[in-house]
Amino acid sequence: MSVAPIGHRIGRWLVSGPPLLYLVVFFAAPTLIMVLASFRTPGEFGGLAPLIDESGKLDLNVEAYTRFLTEPIYFEIFLKSVWYALVTTLICLLLAYPLAVLIAKSPKKYRDLLLLLVILPFWSNFLIRIYAWMIILGPNAALARAVNSVLGWWGAEPVPLLFSSFAVLVCLVYVHLPFMVLPLYANLEKHDQALLDAAQDLGANAWHRFWRITFPLSLPGVYAGAALVFIPALGIFAIPDILGGPNDSLIGNLIKQQFLETRDWPFGSVLSIVLTLAALALAGFAAWVGRRNGGFGGPERA
Amino acid sequence: MALLEIQGVTRRFGDFTAVDNVGLAIEAGEFFTLLGPSGCGKTTLLRMIAGFDPADGGRILLNGEDLAGKPPEARPVRTVFQSYALFPHMTVEGNVAFPLRMAKTPEREIAPKIAAALEDVRLVGFGKRMPQELSGGQKQRVAIARALVTHPTVLLLDEPLAALDAKLREEMQIELIDLQKEVGITFIYVTHDQTEALALSRRIAVMNQGRVEQMDAPSNIYNFPRTRFVADFIGHCNLLSGPVIANVRGVVTLDVKGLGPVDVATGSKIARGSSGSIALRPEKIRIEAPSSTPPNHHYRGTVAELLYMGDVTVYKVATQNGTRVEALRANSESGRAQFFDVGDVVEMSWPVDAGHFIAE
Repeated sequence: MSVAPIGHRIGRWLVSGPPLLYLVVFFAAPTLIMVLASFRTPGEFGGLAPLIDESGKLDLNVEAYTRFLTEPIYFEIFLKSVWYALVTTLICLLLAYPLAVLIAKSPKKYRDLLLLLVILPFWSNFLIRIYAWMIILGPNAALARAVNSVLGWWGAEPVPLLFSSFAVLVCLVYVHLPFMVLPLYANLEKHDQALLDAAQDLGANAWHRFWRITFPLSLPGVYAGAALVFIPALGIFAIPDILGGPNDSLIGNLIKQQFLETRDWPFGSVLSIVLTLAALALAGFAAWVGRRNGGFGGPERA
Repeated sequence: MALLEIQGVTRRFGDFTAVDNVGLAIEAGEFFTLLGPSGCGKTTLLRMIAGFDPADGGRILLNGEDLAGKPPEARPVRTVFQSYALFPHMTVEGNVAFPLRMAKTPEREIAPKIAAALEDVRLVGFGKRMPQELSGGQKQRVAIARALVTHPTVLLLDEPLAALDAKLREEMQIELIDLQKEVGITFIYVTHDQTEALALSRRIAVMNQGRVEQMDAPSNIYNFPRTRFVADFIGHCNLLSGPVIANVRGVVTLDVKGLGPVDVATGSKIARGSSGSIALRPEKIRIEAPSSTPPNHHYRGTVAELLYMGDVTVYKVATQNGTRVEALRANSESGRAQFFDVGDVVEMSWPVDAGHFIAE
């Protein structure tokens, strides 16, 4: 191993030190605290019971883990959260792909404007945008009345749009769509037109050009977008809280409930750890698939 | 009837006419080259044959059938792109198999065809490699194998050797000639490199500003350029211009500034009083030490610059009034490797049929 000159090493630490410190203080340390908390006993009035109990013994146990593993309701909620996040990711992918292609193929002078439109929603507050959906999906809004009058013609019972799984999914897709569009666009924009010309010259029609050239070359962007959508969608609690019905509680809501309402910190910690591990496992899986299929180092540059 | 007929084809981009009323007839099995400087319209013409650019006027006929309205994927024409355009996510085999799969070739026939194509371009054993593991020359061979594997009627090559270094380029030129003879497919080759064009082609069309200036065999293009542009673009050429002062029995005399009267043999009828140029190749000029009394049609000058190239030495000789004439002397001639120095007075002469007369 080569040893960098001391000036270089100091420079490297000066550059990477502050973000590293930030991550240690606000990510690594809290994670450790959470892992420790998951083995402790909930306090009588919330929080945690003392680490050393009255008899002077160290109070560490796996009760919270046992509870998660023995009461199936929690695992069901966890699975339901994975399902919602998966469906959200898939719908985002289906909606974002054509949009990203459209932006990448539009004349250069319009691309920045179109990208700006994609990220425009970020300019207003996340919660306000969710509340806006309450109005859009509300029982007296045009959308619900239109849907229900159509259902009425078919003789079906009217359905509420708000406070339903439908409302949760619509809003999950809405919130996460830009996170899928951006990495896809960044990938597609670099594609070399010569490859598509070559494919066409070699006899490929429009479908084959997409399916055999564009799509496989865009997989790194697909994986990046999928991870950026799936992971936050898995832990979200605000959307089911505001727009969901009684059965739309997801793992994020459960965790929030443990910390703020039930005040069972050890169990909340266990649920958080499960969520973190699931996200890590999926991100690792995506990276592995990406390396295996995309081992060509991204699209060839012109 | 020619295999590929290009009849009065024009292509405009806004106000710019990239290809201007071009007519060509290319025979089956021919190695045909479109030669010209960048922006002369040669690549646009190639893209029109491939189907990527529509013609604004004229027709392109392949085997008598009008190609208009046929998309590139439906034409029996393949292109080798300048950037190779290999699919980076496929192996060499995957790349070569691509056109076969698109043509719905039965799967069991694909492997032998890939093997044969890779053998043609001398890449046996490279099938499992990824494109980024190949050198420039190897990528080029894969691109050619991929384009030839379905035996197209015409193969278009767009400056395929431009990205290779000089030595490799020469090797690939010889391989291309051999390959073309072997497969017997019509090659249409686009290049701005005149040596490459001369070495490879059976016929060359020299293009300038969207038009074909001359179409002929390489030796005719080189020895009998029809326009000043062709003479200047192909190789090195002295262009001696001036008014025609005499025309006697097929020998035209021009009054060239700095040299005086210069004779040139020509078959064409040239009126006295018109003007023209003599295209005179440097290697056709005899350069020697001055004699005491210069005979007729010997011209004196001083060596202003010399370029020692190894096999030959190029002398730039300044005559009166600063006119420069480029002359070349092979170093294979007996004696010293270098014959004259800068500042030496020399005498130049050439046979009357060494130059080629170009009317204005």
